[in-house]
Amino acid sequence: MNNLNLPSYLEQEPDVRARFEKIRQRPVVLKVQHLGKIFPGTDGDIVALHDILFNIHRREFICVIGASGCGKSTLIRILAGLDYPTSGQVLLDNQEVKGPSPDRGMVFQGYTLFPWLTIKKNIMFGLKMTNHGNNYAAEQALQWIDLVGLSNFANAYPHELSGGMKQRVAIARALANRPRILLMDEPFGALDAQTRSQMQAYLLQIWRNVDITILFITHDLDEAVYLADRIVVLGTHPGHIQEIIEVSVPRPRNPDQFLTPQFLATKKRLEELIHPPEKNRQEDLPMIRLTQAGDEVI
Amino acid sequence: MNVRKHWFAIRKDLSGQRSWLLGLCSFLLPLCIWSLVSYTPWIWHPMVLISDPGGVAYFQKDMLVDREIFNKENAFMREEGESEARGELANPIYLPAPHKVVQAFITAFQTAPIRRNDPWLHQSILHSITVIFYGFTLSAILGVPLGILCGTFAFFTRIIEPFIDFIRYMPAPAFGALMVAFLGIADAPKVAIIFIGTFFQMVLVVGNTTRLLDKSLLEAAQTLGATSKKLIFHVIVPGILPNLYRDMRILLGWAWTYLIVAELIGASSGISWFINQQAKYRNYDNVFAAIVMIGIIGLTTDQILRFIGHYLFPWERRN
Repeated sequence: MNNLNLPSYLEQEPDVRARFEKIRQRPVVLKVQHLGKIFPGTDGDIVALHDILFNIHRREFICVIGASGCGKSTLIRILAGLDYPTSGQVLLDNQEVKGPSPDRGMVFQGYTLFPWLTIKKNIMFGLKMTNHGNNYAAEQALQWIDLVGLSNFANAYPHELSGGMKQRVAIARALANRPRILLMDEPFGALDAQTRSQMQAYLLQIWRNVDITILFITHDLDEAVYLADRIVVLGTHPGHIQEIIEVSVPRPRNPDQFLTPQFLATKKRLEELIHPPEKNRQEDLPMIRLTQAGDEVI
Repeated sequence: MNVRKHWFAIRKDLSGQRSWLLGLCSFLLPLCIWSLVSYTPWIWHPMVLISDPGGVAYFQKDMLVDREIFNKENAFMREEGESEARGELANPIYLPAPHKVVQAFITAFQTAPIRRNDPWLHQSILHSITVIFYGFTLSAILGVPLGILCGTFAFFTRIIEPFIDFIRYMPAPAFGALMVAFLGIADAPKVAIIFIGTFFQMVLVVGNTTRLLDKSLLEAAQTLGATSKKLIFHVIVPGILPNLYRDMRILLGWAWTYLIVAELIGASSGISWFINQQAKYRNYDNVFAAIVMIGIIGLTTDQILRFIGHYLFPWERRN
């Protein structure tokens, strides 16, 4: 990649720049204010997150990326209200987040569909929990099933569905409650490469058709650049924000853009941040020869 | 080698036909061994059934004697020049042949009890089933909710489980005498023993089953707006239901093991009374028939429950 003549990842075409101007003018949905999380450990306290600070505007698509152990999952769990910060706070529409609530929908990596409920009833679940009538819930559920293209599976049970289909149901289930923001914790991490890219295209399509703000956690650089408006790059020990990158790849996105200069430039920058080059050199790895075969096989 | 065709492939399912065949064999093999021991005179048969006492004064027709004694007496008769006793090789009375047990199985239901007020076999069985029903229902009504509470709230785990763990180690029959003192000699103490035998295990088992429910389902439900009460009734209860059902099937089996002891305390009753009574009369074929009867009742109930479960929990039909 070093031999390529890439533009700076900061360089934005006029229409991309105009788009970011527009996003910045939209109201802020979620404010993450100086968030910190410390876990008490046997060898002293472990700082999982340190001074996390960023805003998400309405209908923005934010990806959070970082190496394993950088506290991505802790961050999204705090945003969902499933975990508490030890310092700082999260504001949703200027209201402090104090626990899980249907205004923040979540899609987990494990599918977490209720196995005892049919697809339709899984999607109705949130509406019934928030005291909507049965008829209204059923009607809404069918609409969402149509939107995610699973009309033929309304009465199937989750175990009859493939991984990609399950995750579509999970997205529909979270969206049926009309949340202010959709939190997604490596939702496509367990899928095979092909299904994963289908699901990415799918998610972008849903995002275009539904008024929803998305915060998406991933460790896949391509996925982050392909999906996001902005990418929050977390560093490890302790988890902190290294940089927030505005992705200069124009929308609408399509898989052909994976090889465009803007895409590669952004990806290269992410790579530098997440895998600093000096730590990754091959000479540093001690290698023992365990094969009798000659060099000609390599 | 084709793994699918291998009878001994590690952690692989066998075809339906093979499974069925092996299931049949698991009953036929013990029956074969039993038949072999019963019908082949050169296997075991340590006794002789006298058909003609000959000159031996204390031998009688249809008497069972040790083979050694039989041979010694006959040797003595030969020396004295008197007629020898005759008989055929037999097994001890406590091991009746299969056909005798099958016969007993049928006749036991048709034979009136020896004393006029004693119950028939089917009445004894019905009585046993009633005792199990009350004991087990009572312990399920109290044990299941308590177990779910323990599995859901750390508060209840900490305040309930240590003491139950302590009682669990006390064998239920040990409470027999106490229960008779508390509850009299009729059915109440028997129901109580079944209750004690299953209730404490049930709380712990159900608590554990509840704790095994995938926590992320609870978290997902919370992000969908479920509050504590709704979490219990819309996620925890339906989520553990298939496993709870399986636990109940296993615990029902335990109830049958406690039954035998329970029925012997106070005024003995039910199928255990029948077994003891028949053993006193040395009708061991009837004893075997009654024991097999318990097995058949247990296996049949369990299979029926399994069948019902198949329809109750369609999402569990993975294979």
